[in-house]
Amino acid sequence: MKTVFEYTKNMEEVSTSYCPGCTHGIAHRLIMEVLEEKDITDKTVGIAPVGCSIAAPRFMKIDMIESFHGRAPAVASGMRRVLPDKYIFTYQGDGDLTSIGGNEILHAAERGEKFSTFFINNAIYGMTGGQMAPTTLIGQKATTAPRGRYVEKHGMPLRMCEIISQCQCAVYVERVALDTPVHVRQAKKAIRRAFDVQEKRLGFSFVELLSTCPSNWGLPPVKAVEWLADNMIPYYPLKQFACPEEVK
Amino acid sequence: MSEKILMKGNEAFCEAAIRGGVRFYFGYPITPQSEIPEYMAAHLDDEGGCFVQAESELGAVNMGLGAAASGGNVMLSSSSPGIALMQEGFAGLCVCHLPALVVSVARGGPGIGDIRPSQADYRQATRGGGNGDYHLITFIPTTVQEAVDLIYEGVTLADEYRNPVCILVDAMMGQMMEPIILPAYKKTFMTDAEIRSHKPWALTGQGKRAEKNRIHAMPWSPEELMATNLEQKAYYDKAEKELVRYEATGLDDAEVVFVAYGTPARITGEAMDMLEEEGIRTGMIRPISAWPYPYEAFEKIGGKTKVVITVELSFGQMMEDVKLGVRGRLPVSLICRTGGVLFTSEEIVSETKEILKGVTE
Repeated sequence: MKTVFEYTKNMEEVSTSYCPGCTHGIAHRLIMEVLEEKDITDKTVGIAPVGCSIAAPRFMKIDMIESFHGRAPAVASGMRRVLPDKYIFTYQGDGDLTSIGGNEILHAAERGEKFSTFFINNAIYGMTGGQMAPTTLIGQKATTAPRGRYVEKHGMPLRMCEIISQCQCAVYVERVALDTPVHVRQAKKAIRRAFDVQEKRLGFSFVELLSTCPSNWGLPPVKAVEWLADNMIPYYPLKQFACPEEVK
Repeated sequence: MSEKILMKGNEAFCEAAIRGGVRFYFGYPITPQSEIPEYMAAHLDDEGGCFVQAESELGAVNMGLGAAASGGNVMLSSSSPGIALMQEGFAGLCVCHLPALVVSVARGGPGIGDIRPSQADYRQATRGGGNGDYHLITFIPTTVQEAVDLIYEGVTLADEYRNPVCILVDAMMGQMMEPIILPAYKKTFMTDAEIRSHKPWALTGQGKRAEKNRIHAMPWSPEELMATNLEQKAYYDKAEKELVRYEATGLDDAEVVFVAYGTPARITGEAMDMLEEEGIRTGMIRPISAWPYPYEAFEKIGGKTKVVITVELSFGQMMEDVKLGVRGRLPVSLICRTGGVLFTSEEIVSETKEILKGVTE
């Protein structure tokens, strides 16, 4: 009989620690599938952030380290100098990447560091329990913005792809979403392109994945997916901001 | 053996590190150590290594952590407020059991302070500003040659103890030129195969290894974190047995025993000659390791000593260790300056006489 589908060998056979309806599991699996399909699993090192996905090394079957809050791009930059021929990625949430790690990600992009960053944007702090992030939407409630985010007090949510794509050595920048099967398939293509960019040593690659956080949004899983589509995608448009010819 | 050459402290530190095996350096400009990133920028590429000018000291230390995690021999350096920013990464290197060489060129503080020599970062190095149960193995050389030798050896010690090794000097030592003899080049391990064989724990991609490697920056349970900390403590216990270093002179019949390191040890040496000429017998304990501290040296002080005087460029940060070594058997006094101000040997002589008058009255 012909095998038409197999679960990727790159995920540990354990339950994840993520909440029901959280899209971290999907993002993990897509990255691990791409490594397997490109046959680069044993040549890849991953760097986990601080946040819910600090647990990623428990689920991804590759060499990994957890980094300090926001510092994953610096860790990856150092690692790249020692491992010029390997594949390196950081996996970072929005509190980690846009707030405390804003400087590290910006300068990794500016230097055109030859690794990939997968940016999980769910518009809130997850692990610490639902505090406001720089990506929290206007009107969205958070434990540190109990009346919702509003412009006069909190400013406008940060659009990272738009910022990162200003760095000319960030050669591949794309925003995708994990809310529908179609979007999930597009996300996987974006992840593959990011690794293709590394393979060809073209520069820095950055993929933002709009994600859910049902627990901290106070929504059941299906409603969370709908909320992402209705609220996040209009403010964070799905778009390829930069893409080199070689990987199109 | 190479011949004596004249070199500026900061540049000699770099050359010693390169010869000791450092190939990856991450830094951010700050006076009085900016010659270090400049020297590394000019020389590391030629040695097959790499220098990255980081976006900040936080960036630099975390780049160092990443390079060390993948098996590179790493050096980091900065000065006081920059070292303050690096403390996060020092604690991280320790919990991950990662080696790194740290050169700390101390200037006046607290805060931004000034760029003149200071020893007010003694606690920063030996007590740490990072969180958790950790130590930096810390050496406090007094001449550029001694710093060169300790840096050269420090690269190997960091690997052996799986822990950062810090060489703490004052700004004077970074900035002054002295004749030195440079050590020979050590063999470095740079290829994938070499790193895999010498550092089997390194993150290099799983390759043909049976298991994936994971470096535990955050163990999963309190029990695992305790086990990780105990693993590192075994190295600290070994360091306390094997890395205690000091020089002691004249302890048998000294009336006054000085304790000093770095530039103040040199000025105190002059003051000791002047006091001896006036008939006052002096001795000195010059710690070379600050952690582990040479408490045992104080057991050797003879019965004629009336007072132990710590001479330092801080409000007595090292004096806390001196008191632990003296264990209350003798009075301990302090001659100090702060904020980047130095003393002269004459000032040390007159302050010593005042102290002696106080303890003999």
